[in-house]
Amino acid sequence: MRLRQMAVDPLGARVPNLRRRRIVNAAWIGSAWAGASIAVGLLLVVVAGVVARGIGSINPTFLTTPTDPFGSGGGISNAIVGTAILVALASAMAVPVGILTALYTSEFASRRLASGLRYVLDVLNGVPTIITGIFVFGLLVVGRSQSGWAGAAGLAIVMVPLIARSGQEVLALVPSGLREASLALGASRWRTVLRVVIPTSIGGLVTGALLAVARAAGETAPLLFTCSIFPNLVQTDPSRVLPNIPITIFQFSESPDPVKHAQAWAAALVLIAFVLAVSMVARLLSARTRRRLQELR
Amino acid sequence: MTIDRKELDAAGRVRHETPPGPRTEVPAVDRVGVEHGASGSRVHLEDVKAYYGTKRVLHGITLSLEPGVVTGIIGPSGCGKSTMVRCINRMHEEVPGGRCEGRILLDEIDLNGPEVDVVGVRRAVGMVFQKPNPFPTMSILGNVLAGLRFVGVPRERRIERAEAALTDAGLWDEVKDRLSDPGVSLSGGQQQRLCIARALAVEPDVLLMDEPCSALDPAATMRIEELITQLKRRVTIALVTHNMQQAARIADVTAFMLAGELIEVGSTDRMFTDPQDERTEQYVTGRFG
Ligand SMILES: Nc1ncnc2c1ncn2[C@@H]1O[C@H](COP(=O)(O)OP(=O)(O)O)[C@@H](O)[C@H]1O
Ligand SMILES: [Mg+2]
Repeated sequence: MRLRQMAVDPLGARVPNLRRRRIVNAAWIGSAWAGASIAVGLLLVVVAGVVARGIGSINPTFLTTPTDPFGSGGGISNAIVGTAILVALASAMAVPVGILTALYTSEFASRRLASGLRYVLDVLNGVPTIITGIFVFGLLVVGRSQSGWAGAAGLAIVMVPLIARSGQEVLALVPSGLREASLALGASRWRTVLRVVIPTSIGGLVTGALLAVARAAGETAPLLFTCSIFPNLVQTDPSRVLPNIPITIFQFSESPDPVKHAQAWAAALVLIAFVLAVSMVARLLSARTRRRLQELR
Repeated sequence: MTIDRKELDAAGRVRHETPPGPRTEVPAVDRVGVEHGASGSRVHLEDVKAYYGTKRVLHGITLSLEPGVVTGIIGPSGCGKSTMVRCINRMHEEVPGGRCEGRILLDEIDLNGPEVDVVGVRRAVGMVFQKPNPFPTMSILGNVLAGLRFVGVPRERRIERAEAALTDAGLWDEVKDRLSDPGVSLSGGQQQRLCIARALAVEPDVLLMDEPCSALDPAATMRIEELITQLKRRVTIALVTHNMQQAARIADVTAFMLAGELIEVGSTDRMFTDPQDERTEQYVTGRFG
């Protein structure tokens, strides 16, 4: 390609401004390339920075002992367990709601209603998470107390629009010929959805849910007012305040103790490793589903 | 027909109490190819108009599909062939804004009647689409069983019905050793025959085929054409095709449509050798379309 462009183009005389076109083209490609490099570079810098500063404090004790508020021997097992429970509860609330919303908009709603719903979801997705946190605080915490339930509800509100929107996109990839085939066999709409649409798109639906899980695991603002004042011990009852990794990172980094600073980085590493692992699984699944759906087009 | 008729009625649908009213003039159909003992149903469209939203695309079609006969439907693309056949199994109403007026009788049942359930219609009137569309998550066998499951055939009867359907679709020998392979692992032509088997499994009285060969190579097309010729004794067939040679080869009766109107219908021989309407003649001689 390069060679051809450099050689004298025998037809070049017929194209006006050929030189200018080539320069503009090269400039566009160059800036796009630069943009992409910055994105990749940022990820690498963040991950490398967290690994470099956190890896030193990662050891079995750190992962299996609850926080020690004074000494330097403790770990973050209470936060790991708490975040696992919070994310599981949030997923239990958000995945059904998100997927049903996606199914409703893509399979049942009229075109106008569907586009309205998509807009609402986009707005919900854009609501700053600190506002989500205050909302849940007003609804579930005021007059009661902070709790795992309240924290999970905050995370679920973050997850729903993510799951619903990605679900809609996957469902749009399901060829309409499959729905028609099913309807033409006498299947009702819900049966078509259950037997044909969901099985065909399940990988993509799971991918969307996984990415939302990865996102929720690191969300801090929704927990700030709802699930942040917790004891330094492993807690599994969601009606109490569940310790969690994001708030722990914040607290450790506020501590005057340099050991705690190092532990904050280590906790960040645990979180980022989880997020990367979940995204990787999601990506594998999504690649497989997309390939299959593409073959069907 | 007898079994399905009972099921139609058992599902709470009633037949017409009053005989069909006066019919509008039906274009002369030469009665050809009607075989005695053909077991499909007669479909009669009467002044059928179809709309997408407010846009009318069928302007009053009157046409009969006779048992034992392959009715070819030809016409330039966009003239309303697909819309017309999709009115017969009420798939047209699945399109947002899709609406259909006029009467469509399956033998003496008005398919658009208020008591008629759409599931019963789709069961009595099967459909094969342009692009083979086996369910990708289902095996070969699973695809054929799907319709039976949808319409609630008891489990123990499904397998034998599926085998019969695959046999009827000329696919059994090719797939009997790999029934649990995915349906989409078959070749294009085999996939289309799988879709035919899937439609046949629920024992329809009418089979609508909307350009079933247009995505297939010539050899696969020939298999399907042979199949259609064999199946017409059991099920009334409407074959939409943009391929006039195909209509000439296998349709007994051919209907020519243009811009939402039925221009002419008659025995295929006559339609191709001695069309009455000038536009038909222009179309079949390739002078437009
Ligand atoms: N979903 C739709 N919405 C609006 N108009 C449609 C739609 N599908 C088809 N049409 C219009 O209806 C007319 C008939 O289409 P169709 O029945 O598909 O024709 P054919 O099958 O003969 O090619 C065409 O003018 C087409 O533009
Ligand atoms: Mg068509």
